Amino acid sequence: MSNEFLRQMPSGRTFTGKDGLIWRLHLDSPLLAALIVLCLAGLLVLYSAGDSNPDLLIRQSVRLGGGFMALFILAQIPPRTYRFWAPAVYAAGLVLLVLVLFIGTEAKGAQRWLTIPGVASFQPAELMKLAVPAMVAWYFSERSLPARFRDVVLVMIITLVPVLLIARQPDLGTSLLVATAGLLVLFVAGLSWRLIIAAMSMLAVAAPLMYFFVLHPYQRRRVDTFFNPEADPLGAGWNIIQSKTAIGSGGISGKGWLNGTQSRLDFLPESSTDFILAVLAEEGGLIGVLLLLALYTIIIGRGLFISWQAQETFNRLLASSLALTFFIYVFVNIGMVSGLLPVVGVPLPLISYGGTSIVTLLAGFGILMSIHTHRKLLSNH
Amino acid sequence: MRSPMQFKDHHREGRIFAVRLIWSGVIVLMLMLVLAGRMIWLQAIQHDRYITLSDKNRVQTQAVAPPRGLIYDRRGELLADNQPDFSLALIAEQVPDIPATLARLAEMVTLEEADIDRFWRRLRSPRRPWEPVPVRARLTEEEIARIAVAQHELPGVRIDADPIRHYPYDELFSHVLGYVNRINTEDLERMTPDEQANYSGTHYYGRLGVERHYERLLHGRVGFRKVETNARGRILKVLEEIPPLPGEDVHLHLDIKVQQAAWDALGERRGAVIAIDPRDGGVLAFVSRPGFDPNLFVTGISHHDYSGYRDDGDRPLFNRALQGQYPPGSTLKPIAGLAGIDAGVTDWQRTIWDPGYYRLEGQERVFRDWRRQGHGWVDMHKAVVESCDTYFYDMGFKLGIDRMHDFMIRFGLGDRTGIDLPGESRGIMPSRAWKRAVRGEPWYHGDTINASIGQGYMLTSPLQLAVSTAVFARQGEPLVPRVAQLTPPAASTEPTLVGQHQHWERMTRAMVDVVHGARGTARAMGQGAKYRIAAKTGTAQVFSLGKDQEYNAEELAERLRDHALIVGFAPADNPAIAVAVLVENGGSGGSSAGPVARAVMDAWLLNRAGELEVPPVAVPGAVPALMAGNASAESTNR
Repeated sequence: MSNEFLRQMPSGRTFTGKDGLIWRLHLDSPLLAALIVLCLAGLLVLYSAGDSNPDLLIRQSVRLGGGFMALFILAQIPPRTYRFWAPAVYAAGLVLLVLVLFIGTEAKGAQRWLTIPGVASFQPAELMKLAVPAMVAWYFSERSLPARFRDVVLVMIITLVPVLLIARQPDLGTSLLVATAGLLVLFVAGLSWRLIIAAMSMLAVAAPLMYFFVLHPYQRRRVDTFFNPEADPLGAGWNIIQSKTAIGSGGISGKGWLNGTQSRLDFLPESSTDFILAVLAEEGGLIGVLLLLALYTIIIGRGLFISWQAQETFNRLLASSLALTFFIYVFVNIGMVSGLLPVVGVPLPLISYGGTSIVTLLAGFGILMSIHTHRKLLSNH
Repeated sequence: MRSPMQFKDHHREGRIFAVRLIWSGVIVLMLMLVLAGRMIWLQAIQHDRYITLSDKNRVQTQAVAPPRGLIYDRRGELLADNQPDFSLALIAEQVPDIPATLARLAEMVTLEEADIDRFWRRLRSPRRPWEPVPVRARLTEEEIARIAVAQHELPGVRIDADPIRHYPYDELFSHVLGYVNRINTEDLERMTPDEQANYSGTHYYGRLGVERHYERLLHGRVGFRKVETNARGRILKVLEEIPPLPGEDVHLHLDIKVQQAAWDALGERRGAVIAIDPRDGGVLAFVSRPGFDPNLFVTGISHHDYSGYRDDGDRPLFNRALQGQYPPGSTLKPIAGLAGIDAGVTDWQRTIWDPGYYRLEGQERVFRDWRRQGHGWVDMHKAVVESCDTYFYDMGFKLGIDRMHDFMIRFGLGDRTGIDLPGESRGIMPSRAWKRAVRGEPWYHGDTINASIGQGYMLTSPLQLAVSTAVFARQGEPLVPRVAQLTPPAASTEPTLVGQHQHWERMTRAMVDVVHGARGTARAMGQGAKYRIAAKTGTAQVFSLGKDQEYNAEELAERLRDHALIVGFAPADNPAIAVAVLVENGGSGGSSAGPVARAVMDAWLLNRAGELEVPPVAVPGAVPALMAGNASAESTNR
């Protein structure tokens, strides 16, 4: 691998020569530009979804500001440091997850927050979204690829322990994403197709068992609703019916910004959080949705490209896991809002209001940029 | 830390990773295309379906009930109006704990078990989310205040104000106005789809009386409103509106002064009073006592109040004036006499000897006169004034039932009068055919003799008596009684009776002597009258007790007394009022019912200074278009 790639990138050449300011700040300009466009577009949608409430917009902007700050800081830290600290951070995360079960703050029937009185409160589960893939990547960096059966068992343990802890809070959406982040590393680490298929068929068998013995009643209801939303149109099915109605009624060009009747008249629940895509689809129409999908594809593509360019196993695995986890976010959210998937609490990344997830996501992109921009040092080695 | 790296095959690892990355890219692209495809499906292909759903969500067509027409008496006195009623409702979606909230409300307002049951039924039946579910109507001011104070701790509890029917005179007009109450599914099922649509915003429907008969007119036409609402059902914008057409006000012929006089004169006795203006058929007073409070029925009568009415031995819910069936007794004699003269079986000069009884030739059976010693020599005039039975036994036998029947039905006896009230009874004017059909027996001479003094099979309602008296006052010109001042339907064109004017005059003179003559049976009624009254008394025998009526010994005696009757009109030379009075178990017609009739006549004919001043006839308005086809409303009533 060489550093020739920089000159091959059409956009890379104009913005970021090796000597460019952005490059020296360890930032990746195509990725940064796409993220900023996405976040600004997200604020526009949020303004409408939140009934033109400026407070909501200000709080979201503050959160985005914090996220970009985290991105900037994490981009400065060389990947080597991440690899060095990965096991320790992972272990600390586990401790915090156990703590949260006992002394966590309860909100909306789930115990997710850890509060340090007077200082801050945060969700340890968010930390694990980064720590788990880093830990799995670290594990493989000490071994040779492809992943073998013995690796699968260990990676499973590394992944499932925090996943189960998070699921206990309960937070199905986050635990699913953390599990995905860990397991995606297995995939890019070359786990044989045979094992993948075997695991998938096991999952297919386990799913009904999970449904009956593991899921909470409210989670079970969501699954039921997914298969038959019309069974209870005013209760559990309401969200998905209203969401599809909002999307479908938007048509090709949409009803216009601030003119979506489904969201503005409160027929669409959770319109500024999990179901914000329906607002965009209603007001911006198919054109708006396709533009958003294109923007997401650019960001994910750039993430995969950075993984392609990465030079060490740890970097490659971590980078690709972060990019693919981001994709899972997008796919699961849009899939659930449009009725392709059951309703799980996954926000539309960087657009849905609230959550520590915005900071975590942007922090993840900071790590991606770090991997990309510190590459030269590694290749010189 | 980096030592194991040396043994790794970097080239191979790079290749494995690269292949998986390409796979990843392909899968990401494919799934992105799936999402795009899903969006195209929803937004381009199924767009029409979802835009309809979305509009159905936000746009609602609401029916706007028309305000119900008011009812006035002829003086412009309001007899039925609409007043705001405060009712309690819950928006279930906003109530955190419904049983707890109901328990809390029960501490502040009276909630009967029936209210709670009705609430749960309504809550479980299909409804829109955020629609208020009614709990109780007719909150008192105190109850409203108690809820208002605690409102902040009762989320989802609402107090709504809707106009409901109100009858300011309570009992006074109960049997003529009827009442409205909640419309029910049976009412709606009887309607045509058009009518159902017209009632889509209406909660009330007329029962009995004027409220029922003029339902179509009073109701008006429903309006519609297209509104944009949010998910909580709050109206944000009115997109389109067709205002309702308010119900027509109805002005009645009834005169509150006459009605009140009749009501008061009857006092606590059971009975009925009907007064009709013979000049136009307008009903001036329509009283049946005891009455009931129609206001209790409007929002649903409580079980306690209803069983109170139902179990009352005086039967306050029974409309005696319209549906009561009483033998007309001697009040029939003037008409019977005219029948005899018309048929030529008697005349004004003919006299008979009354020994106090009548016996058919060759038969044992004796028909007694009410006066055991008899009236001596009697002609028609005396027979009417003193109410001689024997004269009419003799005349009736000679006349025969066929001619008697054919003559009397022209006074409206034995058939519905056609009054603009639902549910009137036909009464019975017996005939050979009637007896064969109903009793399966042939007609006997004794039946004819009983019928000639208004006994036997003959039954009339007080309304029929009043109508026949009014027809008499018009010298045989038929008339259809009207409660409301609307043009009456075309009167049946039957021939005027008894060609010769003088017979009416002579019979009227006999009836005047009933009141003003020295031997008249209604002398008590005529004292101090400022005008001449023509009247005829009667008593109806109480022949049997109702099978489920229970009386104590003291009451038994009272309830076995005859019903007292009187019919009459005044002023005798230029009639402006015809009255029929029934007093159940009142005894003698002259002393018991007479003064009631006099009070009613005075109320109508005398002015404030107590001078005779005959009021003008009402000028009826045109029938509004809404009443066209009202026949269907009538025919659904029995």
